Order: sequence, then C-alpha cells, then structure tokens
Amino acid sequence: MEEKLVTVNIDGADWRVPCGLNVIEACKFAGVEIPHFCYHEYLPVAGSCRLCLVTIGTPARDRATGELIKNEDGSQKIAWMPKPAIACGTKVCEGMHVVTKSKLIEDCRKGVLEFLLLNHPLDCPICDKAGECRLQEYATAYGRGESRFIERKNVKPKKREIADGKIILDNERCILCSRCIRISRQLVGRDVFGFTKRGSKNEIAVYPGEPVNSNYIINVVDNCPVGALTEKAFRFKMRTWFLKMTRGISAESSAGVNTWIWSRENTIYRITPRENREVNDVWMSDSGRYTFGKFQSGERLTTARIDCSESSAGYALTRASEILGLGSVAIVASGYQTLEELYMVRRLADTLKARTYMVSHLRDSDDGMLVSIDKTPNLRGGFVAGILKTYPKGDLSDLAEKVRDGSIKTVLCFQEDLLSLGFDAKDFKKANIIYCGSLDNACAKEAKVSLPLPSEFEKAGLWINRQWRLQAFDKAVEPPEGVLADFDVLCAFGRLAAGEEYKTPSLGEIRSEMSENIKILPSGCEVPAEGVVIDSSEFANVDFPETNALHFTKNVQQ
Amino acid sequence: MSITVDRKKLSFLERTYIPQIIGGLYITFRNMFKKKVTLSYPDQRPTLPPGYRGAPTLVKDGDGREKCVSCQLCEFICPSKAIRVTPGEIAPDGKYSFIEKAPKAFEINMLRCIFCGMCQEVCPEKAIVLQNEFSLTGLSRAEMVRDKAALYAAGGTMPDKIKKWSRVKSNAELERGDH
Repeated sequence: MEEKLVTVNIDGADWRVPCGLNVIEACKFAGVEIPHFCYHEYLPVAGSCRLCLVTIGTPARDRATGELIKNEDGSQKIAWMPKPAIACGTKVCEGMHVVTKSKLIEDCRKGVLEFLLLNHPLDCPICDKAGECRLQEYATAYGRGESRFIERKNVKPKKREIADGKIILDNERCILCSRCIRISRQLVGRDVFGFTKRGSKNEIAVYPGEPVNSNYIINVVDNCPVGALTEKAFRFKMRTWFLKMTRGISAESSAGVNTWIWSRENTIYRITPRENREVNDVWMSDSGRYTFGKFQSGERLTTARIDCSESSAGYALTRASEILGLGSVAIVASGYQTLEELYMVRRLADTLKARTYMVSHLRDSDDGMLVSIDKTPNLRGGFVAGILKTYPKGDLSDLAEKVRDGSIKTVLCFQEDLLSLGFDAKDFKKANIIYCGSLDNACAKEAKVSLPLPSEFEKAGLWINRQWRLQAFDKAVEPPEGVLADFDVLCAFGRLAAGEEYKTPSLGEIRSEMSENIKILPSGCEVPAEGVVIDSSEFANVDFPETNALHFTKNVQQ
Repeated sequence: MSITVDRKKLSFLERTYIPQIIGGLYITFRNMFKKKVTLSYPDQRPTLPPGYRGAPTLVKDGDGREKCVSCQLCEFICPSKAIRVTPGEIAPDGKYSFIEKAPKAFEINMLRCIFCGMCQEVCPEKAIVLQNEFSLTGLSRAEMVRDKAALYAAGGTMPDKIKKWSRVKSNAELERGDH
C-alpha cells in the first residue's frame, strides 16, 4: 500500500511527510527536535507534560464558500491558532504550518520546565538516571538556568521498593508524565501504576500489597524520563556516562531481542533493550536483563583441563586433536553458538567424517511477547548451517546408546552439559568426551579434555531468531585470561586431526565463505541494523514449537 | 641562503676583559649582603599562598558526616585517571540514610595525581578539596594509593554555609502537623 503524503511547512520550509503522523514525528523528518516527556512513539498520546508546545496554523478558508483565502500579495493566508498547541496530540494535515522556533515557544518551554523543576529535588549527584535524564537534558537546552522559587519545596515520599522488589519508586523526582501507567497497561495488560491525590500533591502510586508478577515491568524504568523509577539491580552500581554501549542480541530465547550491553573496563553492568521495530519495538523481558550474571560468577571455565587436572591451553588442544584423530567421532553443537561457529562445526564434521547432533532447550511456554519456549538463541542457525534437518529432541539418548554399544568412541561437545542430556557418569569412562564451553558445568568437570571458550558477550557473530531474521551482535567485553577463541579451536581440531593445512580465517572470511556456500544468506553476510529475514521455505515442513507472539506469526514468513 | 653578520670590533679595554670581571664581581658581592630568599627546607617551611593546590583530600561537613555522595564526577573529570570511586548505598537504618548514597571505597593514586584541581572544581558537594599538603612520600607504589580512611584523615572537616542535605519535611509530615 502506498503511503499518502502531505505537505507540511515546518519553520518556513516545506516537507512531504506521511499522512497520519503527529507533529513531533513530522518534525523528526525535518531534523527539528521537539522536546517532550510524556509522548512515546510506542504508546498512546497522553498530552500531560505540555513541553512540546508549537504554534500551528492551517490554510485559511472562507467559512461560507470553503474557498481558500489569499493574502494581498497572492500567497496563501494562514489561519494561526491563537495559542500554542501540543505537537504530540496534533496530527499533520495538508498545508499545515508549524513554528517551532520563536520567542513564544522558547518562553513556553522555559515556563513548563520551571514548573516541573519547582519541586524537583537537586539530587542529580545521587540519582541513577543522571546522564540519561530527559529533564537534565531539556533543562540544560531549553530551561531558564536558575530557579526563582524561594518557598518551601513540596516533598513527596522518597525511596520505595515496588514491583516485587525490582524497581525503586522515588516520587520526589516524578514529573507525572504517566508513561509508566501506559507502559504497564500495554505490557502487563492491566493497571499497575496510577495517580493519587490532587494538584501539587499528585503522585504516582502502585496498588499496595498486590504482586505485579510481570516479566516486563522493568521497561517502565528504561522509559521513565526522570529518575523516579530506577532499577534495583543497577542501583548505585555505576554512573551511565562511564558505560560503553555495545550492540547485542539477547540469548534468553529464540525471540532474538535486540539489546544494548553496557560495560566498563571489561565488566558488564546492565542490559537494556535496543529499538528494532521488526522484533522487539523498544521492549525487553526482565529476565533477559540478567543473563550476563552466570558468566560473572565463579562457574566460569577459564583453564583448560586434561583428565580433570589443569593444563596449558596449547597442550590440551593438541591432546584433544589427537583423540579426535582416532576416529568414530560425534559432534554435539549448540544453539548458543553463532552461525559462523555452526558453519565451522559442519566443516569440521565433514573433515572428521563425524555425525553431528544438536538438542533443543524447550522450557516453560511462550509468553506471547518476547520470551519464547525455545531457550536457545540460534537453533535455526543449525538448520541453515546444515547440521539439522528435523527439529531436534530435548536430549541425546540416541547418542548415549551409541556410546554404550561402542560405535561412537569420541564425543566433541560444544557448550552443552551432556550429563543433563541423557549421559551417565559411566559413559564418560566408555568414550572420550571433549568439552568446549564457557561454563564450568558437570560435563566440564568429568570430561577427558575441557577447553574454555568465550561467552556470547565476548565474541561477535550472527544469530537467527524465530522469525528467521539474521541478526548481528558485537563483542562487548574481552574474555578472561586463558580462554581460547572459538575459531582457533575449531580450526586447530580440523588441522591437527586431519593433518590438513588451513589457517584460522577471520570473521569476515568465514562470513563471505559461508554466504557463498549457503545460498539463502545475504552476500558477505552483511546485515542491516534491523536484521534481515532469510528465505526459510527450505525448512517449511519442520514443526517449530514457538507460538504467535509480538511481531511473530507461526508459519508465516515475516 | 647564508647571511654574514658583521661582528663588532672590540676596543682595547674590552679585549682585556677587566671591566666585565669587575662588573660580575660587583653583582656577587652586592648579593652577599642582601636578605636570603632560600629556605632551609625541611627545617623551615614555606608559607603557602591562599588557593594553593596541594594533595586532594576528602572532607566532612560541620556535623561530621561525609559529604561525598559518590557521584563519580571527579573520577570522570580526572585527566590523569588517578581517582577511583566505588559507589555504595547507606544502610537504611542509619541516621543519615535519607542521603541514600555514599562511597563504598574511594582511592586516589598520588603517583598519578597532577594536582590540577579539576576534581575540586567539579565536585557538586564540595567534598574533595586540594589542601596544603605538598610533600608526599612512600616506600612502595601501593603506599602511594590513598584509600578512603587516609583521605578523610588528611582532609578533616570543612563546614558549608548551605546545608543542602539537611532533612526536608515531607508532605506527610507537614499534614500531620510536624512543622
């Protein structure tokens, strides 16, 4: 469907913008920023902050005949509204004139900000929002700079834990924009927040005693324009201006939520959603925000082991390659690996003439939003890389049987914990198990050789989500000392086991080779910011367990 | 292109160097009877001018509580990356728990510090002050990193005119009539 365009005059220049936009969005086309607190692109308009005031006019018409009225010089006469109007609540129409830069509008913004700052505490030094606070930014850009208020400040209740202890509500800082009310209506599906009291004592409140019980409530923190709602887990951890943002993809489930990973000096402090209107809009689940925790705990594998005793990485790699050289190998790949790694696993399996396995991690159920039943981020990568043909089972009992009857003598396992997938401790004696992964799980402790690999935050790569959308993520932090690079390990196995001569390729080389061999991938695996949906007709007969959710309809190519 | 500079032709007296030697000795003897400008440091100590920028220290306010709220602006502004603040929360049962935030750890590496005074300038709480201490010695690198206790010991108290963090009555208290 072709979009209908209208001509809007913004600050004296004509712009063609899609019909139905409001004035804030239309001004974005013209590169004009209109400050706003309560307006949010993904929420209904409330019009409560009054900061987005602009002067609006429409072509004047004769009331009797409906004909356009001309000025004396022949130009179109504009009927200006007598007072400024809110840009968020005004839709554009043909011939509309908008003035955003005038003395009147400047004074309006100054006035609104002065009122908002009357009772706002001066606690920016302790407020976690400082540095990414809209009120700070707008007060600097549009405010009057100093307060004329000499009376006693109106002090609303301070710190309170709400939303099952996930959020701290500080009513002192609230500017009553009602975004949290609208977000919880949309994401939780019912009213969690509400206004109580009146006039200057008006404040945000939550229903007392009732658990919120939602996995999406922390989104109100991201979208609170001030520090009234702050996340308890991130409270007083680090000031935001120290943190470096890296493009990430949530590994929580196959939804492939786009994220920002905030790190400083190799430590991840928080994960927040990144806008992608095709996948997650601007939302993300609360549980997905803490996925980095498991790699910061002591359960990290950082040293290579041979027969349960520590060894140098190089020696362990040689030992593992010797074992692989003995033949009858099975490779267990993982849905946590990137597409590039899965492709390399496939290549290694061809070199070693090994059979490949993958398992599905189905837990809980789809929540209809951004957490799917499949808890691996890249199971579809296994199909694209050619490892999978049918939907995999949840355990490896088939492989365990083969180990027990002696037809498989070596199992090379990536990231998966074999002991929780149908293997017994006895099987670890029967066959040589080589574990390569980032967590020091039971399998790593029992395996013949264990090799430490980076976590998903310590490498760049491509994942394919439930929409068959190929998405790229970047390396946020460096892996701990002693951890080997994935491609080094995969290539070393191939080289040492088969006596073949191939050097470790770079990520770009693997991507271009992969896109040559796998026709459905874009050339060079170059992925735009919002990802790219690949042709999945080849796998149309595979029954995937995900059900309909936000931006996802089962069995429909997006 | 080279330029030849003509030298001045010296007179006979100038060629003997005697007037120059006498002139030099005159300056020497004149200064022997003037007041000394040097100090016998360390027995004698200099008087420091106001606004002298010595070692940065942390100070407490008139009530003896720490002013620093660990906003980390000093850490951010420090051009030599000498400051390291670990923010922390004040225990909720304390007298000043309404301030909410205080440094858990505060370190200044005096080997890195260049005494520029940016931290003092940027501090919104006037909690970090460059005072008069200028002679800093240590036997190891670790000794030259001052922790929070050492910084407060060096800083002392410095009362403010404006008590920004004094408790303000909340609406609820005012409604109850606690004026």
